[in-house]
Amino acid sequence: MTAATQPQAVQQDLRQQVLVLYLASSALDAKVVGWSTYDGTGATTPTTGDSDVPPYTTGLDALKDGWRLFQAAQLLPPHPGHEYDTSFLKHEFFFEKLVAV
Amino acid sequence: MTTSTHQKHLLTSVQMAHFVAHGSLRMDAVVPAEMNEQAIAVLDAGIPAVPYGTPLADTFEPGSLPERLVQLPEVAGAIRSLVGPDPVVDHHAVHIRKAHEGEAQNLHADAIIDVREDAFDVQLMYYPQEVTLEMGGTLSVPGSHLRRTNESDTGRYQNLLGQSRLTCPAGTVVFLHHGIWHGGRRNDSDVDRYMFKIRFNPTVRQVRLWDTDDLYDEGVAAELNTRFPWYETATGRLEIYNRAKLWQALTGDDTADPDYWVTRVSNRPRRVVAQRSLNPHAARKEMA
Repeated sequence: MTAATQPQAVQQDLRQQVLVLYLASSALDAKVVGWSTYDGTGATTPTTGDSDVPPYTTGLDALKDGWRLFQAAQLLPPHPGHEYDTSFLKHEFFFEKLVAV
Repeated sequence: MTTSTHQKHLLTSVQMAHFVAHGSLRMDAVVPAEMNEQAIAVLDAGIPAVPYGTPLADTFEPGSLPERLVQLPEVAGAIRSLVGPDPVVDHHAVHIRKAHEGEAQNLHADAIIDVREDAFDVQLMYYPQEVTLEMGGTLSVPGSHLRRTNESDTGRYQNLLGQSRLTCPAGTVVFLHHGIWHGGRRNDSDVDRYMFKIRFNPTVRQVRLWDTDDLYDEGVAAELNTRFPWYETATGRLEIYNRAKLWQALTGDDTADPDYWVTRVSNRPRRVVAQRSLNPHAARKEMA
């Protein structure tokens, strides 16, 4: 294996597991109020309504367990005239783990 | 549906406030066993469809199981309380989730985004069998009905803290606000799961249609102030605000605001008490 082909080989051996946490505020150490998981290894098939217990109590707890944060929801002001509207969950954090297969 | 029947079984104000807060109202085992026993065969055979907007009175065959269902006193009273007399049927449908069916539905609200602030549709869901957790009873998210989202755009959300994964005895009826986030869960059991749904559209203004004798019962305020575990801290306060607005619409009383959230941010006094000499506008006028 040459140095030029090594990254491709590594890529083929890794799969991404994604954890999405919805938190009670914009702080990463706030309480988890919603969660979703997607498993790029195919070993598990998480789906809608499959658990009543969150995987972590806070977003920070996910970091402590080795999940890497790769996206956090922006803080956007409400549109004028729609300050009291509610819609999607605001505090969405995407985490990943890279798993060897 | 006779007048005397539903008047005896109208919802109370506390029950209506529960519906406004939760977006749902559940009646366990309200359908008699003999109807539940007939239901599976009836639902397997199918229930004839009707055009959108058919009057409820013209929707089902006389004496048929669905007609008897909507004429049960408790069910008729709830329909009357929620959408009033002479509702029309938007549509009805039999939902069967097969044993070991592989997939759950995404979390969604039915139809399309619907932001009416002074009217709502109601969906009746009838479960003729006992529903266990493994059978994948309907997932719903209490208090999600006032969120402005379109159909399955919420599909990314798999689980929310305090969600309801329905388990119930045979003969249970659940009424849902049109906007509630819900979905059929994966059926991991050996039993096919049946549910019959009817969507009602009101034909009257939905103002004080229930038994209002307890309108000022403190249980009303308690229901309207219900917090759900999945609410974000700040947005949860907006939920209470929006509920108060809906309660004002349903009671016809724009001062109804038990927790003061609406009143506080609507308060813009016009009375001026400053002396003329302290009024900067008056001062400029005098200098000119």
